[in-house]
Amino acid sequence: MTERVTSPVAMAAAAVADRPQSVWQLRWRRLLHNRAAMAGGVVLILLALFAAGAPVYERVMGVDVNDTDLLRRFAPPSPQHLLGTDEAGRDVMARLMYGGRISLLVGLMGAVSAAIVGTLIGLIAGYYRGRTEAVLMRVTDGVISLPILPLLIVFAAIDLQKLGFSQEFVRSSAANFYRIVFIIALVEWTTVARLVRASTLSLMTREYVLAARTQGARARHILGVHVLPNTASPIIVALSLAVGQIILLESTLSFLGLGIQPPTPSWGNMLNNAQELISRAPELAFYPGFLIFITVIAVNFLGDGLQDAFDPRAESH
Amino acid sequence: MLRFIASRLLQSAMVLLAMSFIIYGLIGLMPGDPIDIMVNSNPGYTAQDVARLRAQYGLDQPLLTRYWNWLQAALTLDFGYSRTYSQPVLVVLVPALIQTGKLVGLAFVVFTVLALTLGIAAALAKGSVLDRLINLLAFAGISIPVFFLALMLIYLFAVRLGWLPASGMFTIGGSGGVVDTAKYLVLPVLTLTAAFAGRFTRFTRASMVEVMRMDYIRTARAKGAGKLRVVFKHALRNALIPVVTVLALSFGALLGGALITETMFAQRGMGKLIYDAIMGNDFNLALMGLLFATTATLVSNLVADIAYAWLDPRIKLS
Repeated sequence: MTERVTSPVAMAAAAVADRPQSVWQLRWRRLLHNRAAMAGGVVLILLALFAAGAPVYERVMGVDVNDTDLLRRFAPPSPQHLLGTDEAGRDVMARLMYGGRISLLVGLMGAVSAAIVGTLIGLIAGYYRGRTEAVLMRVTDGVISLPILPLLIVFAAIDLQKLGFSQEFVRSSAANFYRIVFIIALVEWTTVARLVRASTLSLMTREYVLAARTQGARARHILGVHVLPNTASPIIVALSLAVGQIILLESTLSFLGLGIQPPTPSWGNMLNNAQELISRAPELAFYPGFLIFITVIAVNFLGDGLQDAFDPRAESH
Repeated sequence: MLRFIASRLLQSAMVLLAMSFIIYGLIGLMPGDPIDIMVNSNPGYTAQDVARLRAQYGLDQPLLTRYWNWLQAALTLDFGYSRTYSQPVLVVLVPALIQTGKLVGLAFVVFTVLALTLGIAAALAKGSVLDRLINLLAFAGISIPVFFLALMLIYLFAVRLGWLPASGMFTIGGSGGVVDTAKYLVLPVLTLTAAFAGRFTRFTRASMVEVMRMDYIRTARAKGAGKLRVVFKHALRNALIPVVTVLALSFGALLGGALITETMFAQRGMGKLIYDAIMGNDFNLALMGLLFATTATLVSNLVADIAYAWLDPRIKLS
């Protein structure tokens, strides 16, 4: 008995258990205890694997995502086409897997771009105060309250050639993808900006910031070293909640024919094709719509869990 | 109070002016221009004709001049003609506005009642099975794409069951009575309700839970006030303040929802009109549709501000 207590391993383990937890460890443990958030996280990992496995699936099954076969339209599920084929005889499973890449990538990149824009605006507003702050926050309120979707449709419809981009670039699928990410960043930065501004305002009154200022530190140093690292929590929470919105926005624009353009499959534009075929082949609408729904609800559960885990006032689960 | 409203009105007018310029500029960047469309429909035009037409319509002028000309005309309520409808823009817009008003108004009433009921029930039964069930439903509502929900409702109620019409606004050649129009509104209103109820249910619940923790609730209880009285007289009034604000601020999002719903159900409202105008290069109509939508949103924001101050006497408007 005594031997076990004094063994080095047990002592080390005891030392770890007694060590005060960092705030990040505490948050992580809280998140682990949130079943809904964990389920959301697992679903997201599975979806990412699903999307990443697209080329593997193509090779194993001997299909190509863009291969049309007009003799085998609307084929039922078979060993060759696990979920059957669509109105052009393309493999539905492969298209769903590639579509997942678009949804997840746009969600991630849109969120990161929105976070960068929002963080910059929030930091500037919180640091410089005064008129700069007033103008930036009025713009933020304005963007939040505008009828976003109709305006985004205009942005999505803009002819990039009139802005001086080459025709070749405008027609490429990369331009298509980045245009969506840009449009999303244009509207989704507001929450991050508000949160970052609020925490910058409170951080600017701390003694260590005052100390840095009295020693003549520049804005860049104060914001980069003292303020930014301490605003990580609100940024992470806002981001996780924005990803779901962004995925919905991309799928909506693609559904309306203004987002990701065919033949590149995205869950949104797959639904666009399926709309007219709803009485003939309802499953073509069901698969992509259900995947969007599952992805967004998983993101939202995870985001909600993160918010609780990061909120010091929240009761522990 | 009056001074506050006046200053906010002025501010809204400034925002509208700025938005009109931004939208005017953006519309000009859309593919094609009015002259191109004319030329395409009549191959007999020569290069000189095109240049002359451009000059005649003022399209050879710089953006600012064109905008200034448009603004002067717009201030005399001359918004130009719709290309696709061959009618003055206002004649096309007003019926669409009424149609959207019906859809959005009905959905607003239904989802507000639903969200308040479910939100309060969940907050009072915090942690129970009911609370979890409502939470799950709310999450589902927030996470489902509006167009997918609409498509599934069409499939279930129109294609499979045949209970309700899939699209349109009234039966062609039918009586055109209230019952007939109502039948066509059921699915769109249901879609819009489901899309928005979730968000506000969660919001109401959070606000109610917060308020129920307050000292004045404990005081009211300690003084022997009945449960119903505590909930509806003391708690709800305070819990509603943020909810009302968020509801009024959601008007812009609601118009976005109406755009999808109207497009899906082929209802000729503002949303579908704006979408069709943008897709069909109907510049005047798209511009005015977007400005109408912006104006409506600004007005609802103003209402939110005033309601906020009116509900919470601690806030002084200045």
